[in-house]
Amino acid sequence: MFKETKILYQNGKQYIPDLRRVVLKPPYRGRPEISSAQVDEHALEELCPLGAISRKPFCIDLGKCAFCGECAYAFPEKIKFTTDYKIASNKRDHLKIYEGISTGIVIDEHSINPVIRKVFSKSLKLRQVSAGGDNSCEWELNACGNANFDMGRFGIEFLASPRHADGIVVTGPISENMAEALKITYDAIPDPKIVILCGVDAISGGIFSDSKAINRSFLNDVHIDLFIPGNPPHPLTIINGILDLTRGKKG
Amino acid sequence: MTAPSLLLRIKNGQSVDLKAIPVLNYDEFSDLAVLLLKEETCHCVSYYAFKQENGLKFIMAIADDSQHDVIIFSHHLLNGSQFELPSLTPHIFALHIFEREIHENFGVKFTNHPWLKPVRFSQNRFNNDLKINDYPFYSIKSDELHEVGVGPVHAGIIEPGHFRFICNGENVLHLEIQLGWQHRGIEQLFLDKKKMLQRNILAENIAGDTVIGHTSTFAQLMESLSDIEITEQIQIERALALELERIAIHTGDTAALCVDAAYYLGANVFGILRTGIINFTQSWCGNRLGKSLIRVGGTHSSFTEDLKQTLLNVLAAYEKMYIEMSHLTYRLPSVQNRFDNVGNISKNQAHLLGTVGLSARMSNVMRDIRISHPTWAYSSFPIETIMTLKGDVFARFLLKRKEIKRSVLWIHNLLDNYNFDSSKTKKPIYSKPLKPDSFAISLTEGWRGEICHCAVTDDKGELLHYKVKDPSMHNWKALEISLRDVEISDFPINNKSYNLSYCGHDL
Repeated sequence: MFKETKILYQNGKQYIPDLRRVVLKPPYRGRPEISSAQVDEHALEELCPLGAISRKPFCIDLGKCAFCGECAYAFPEKIKFTTDYKIASNKRDHLKIYEGISTGIVIDEHSINPVIRKVFSKSLKLRQVSAGGDNSCEWELNACGNANFDMGRFGIEFLASPRHADGIVVTGPISENMAEALKITYDAIPDPKIVILCGVDAISGGIFSDSKAINRSFLNDVHIDLFIPGNPPHPLTIINGILDLTRGKKG
Repeated sequence: MTAPSLLLRIKNGQSVDLKAIPVLNYDEFSDLAVLLLKEETCHCVSYYAFKQENGLKFIMAIADDSQHDVIIFSHHLLNGSQFELPSLTPHIFALHIFEREIHENFGVKFTNHPWLKPVRFSQNRFNNDLKINDYPFYSIKSDELHEVGVGPVHAGIIEPGHFRFICNGENVLHLEIQLGWQHRGIEQLFLDKKKMLQRNILAENIAGDTVIGHTSTFAQLMESLSDIEITEQIQIERALALELERIAIHTGDTAALCVDAAYYLGANVFGILRTGIINFTQSWCGNRLGKSLIRVGGTHSSFTEDLKQTLLNVLAAYEKMYIEMSHLTYRLPSVQNRFDNVGNISKNQAHLLGTVGLSARMSNVMRDIRISHPTWAYSSFPIETIMTLKGDVFARFLLKRKEIKRSVLWIHNLLDNYNFDSSKTKKPIYSKPLKPDSFAISLTEGWRGEICHCAVTDDKGELLHYKVKDPSMHNWKALEISLRDVEISDFPINNKSYNLSYCGHDL
């Protein structure tokens, strides 16, 4: 008993007190910024392994980005990754970063279903489904609940039964083999419910987007409430994204 | 060993001319395979087939731990001939999964195979009419027995798999695990993606918890196929990252096992300890799981003396708390009682099943690529293997602790004796073409066990075939056997003590 108490004492308070204001250090790669420097944009477009970079206008789509940083290594004068980890949004278009824009990615307040703020701001129980995920997003979702990040303090928790859940978190590019199980799980969640896509694979298929083994037709019929980019997203990205959606910036 | 002298023996990470691989007829092929695999020091690291213009080519790679090399031989099945072969599984049980895979992909019928069922319902399988919901489960008809089906969606944030238990009361008579839900067509994508960087990213996404393991295996393979010499420091960095991955995941597993033993102090403290290690990986390369660290030919994130100092501080804090916490946890009667003598795999069973990595060493079977087929880093800084005897949940739990300690010691030895200098590394090389008509094999001891990647190139130097084998391929069967005559409520501790990969298996 004495030894246990000693360990408790030595560990002290491990939780991060303010998850909204943590500062991450480089080389962590968060939201990129694009300067107006003139470079060989075609070469940049060709370089990106996931086709996240497009031209005219020059743009990086974080919904397709693996955050490998190769573009910034090759053209440091054009692209710089900041450590801004608040990169989740409810609008797919908000994940596109254009030249010269250095404002952060935000939630589009007008397109939020009002019921989300009313019903889910104090308590949100989620069901996660891994549909072809590589277990990295799953690790980070698990980490959100550990003693360091402690997402449970906001009433956000993952649970076992979809019948008890308020929403679904999808990871992975949605494999053909999981498509039906994902749909059944989604249908089992009572209304009102939210859908969160976590990680580049879920948002756009990522490196697997051309594979014949995936089937993303599930996404045609559902409204997506939150896109969380990253490969995998940092727990801070996940938690801040969900909080911005359910409580707003100040919550 | 009485094997023929004309065998092709290659080293880990070596490439050879495709024509140098002996082509045997099936009788010779099976005799040789059985002869070699009866030896205790030999095991099959990969056995697969791929389509050629005139039929199927079968390649078998057998690691000979005593000679520190890999024996490669092949067999052709021509179009028009009957796709039916006598199975090797009745002689060497460990080959069952490889034959099932070949059967699923190409429709080759292995006669006398006891369990010729689909492996992963891959997208380019031979029989596309068979869907994942049509899996032919084993069943026993009896009024006294009941079946429990779990999955593919489980109660928690984990990957999908279907578990079918046949129980007599609380006791499990039989467990069958159906996988394939995570199949994303990775092997096909390796051929479809023509850029080296794309393939590099793909290798990082095979299994998110074994990023370093799979990516360094891939990188070694590509370097061998394109004759790239990497510097000593890069080899050292890869080994260092591999050991950090091992420490982090083993610590996380220990936390998960504490949850199942209802020991929440351990669960939380081990969880906190893991955070420290993966946050260090982030400060090294920008990603907590090590994505973007390993690149073909070099790296963008070289290890520096500053990072060395940070790592020493991180390890010092880690060790202090880890020792104290594990000292308590591993002596706790409730933990010991929960884990001891549950889910045993004997040494003999482990040999038969062909388990690898931690799942082999827990049953006193020596399987460790770092010792038997080491890369330069592990020959210069040798690591000692630890084994346990019993093969139960506690053995796996204990082995994680011992491996953590040993990896920490190895890292200390490395950091004390090696000076890191960014001038000793190189930037990645993505543009060097691959050698034509070649075969290469690459092995790495990931935290689960040996990872094996094989590649074959065509006459233009394009990838003709790419084969990934995660250690879980061998080890899932061991989990099924562990559950025999065990209470069904002990499934979670067995499952977590193995912590096998779904996505690595399903590809």
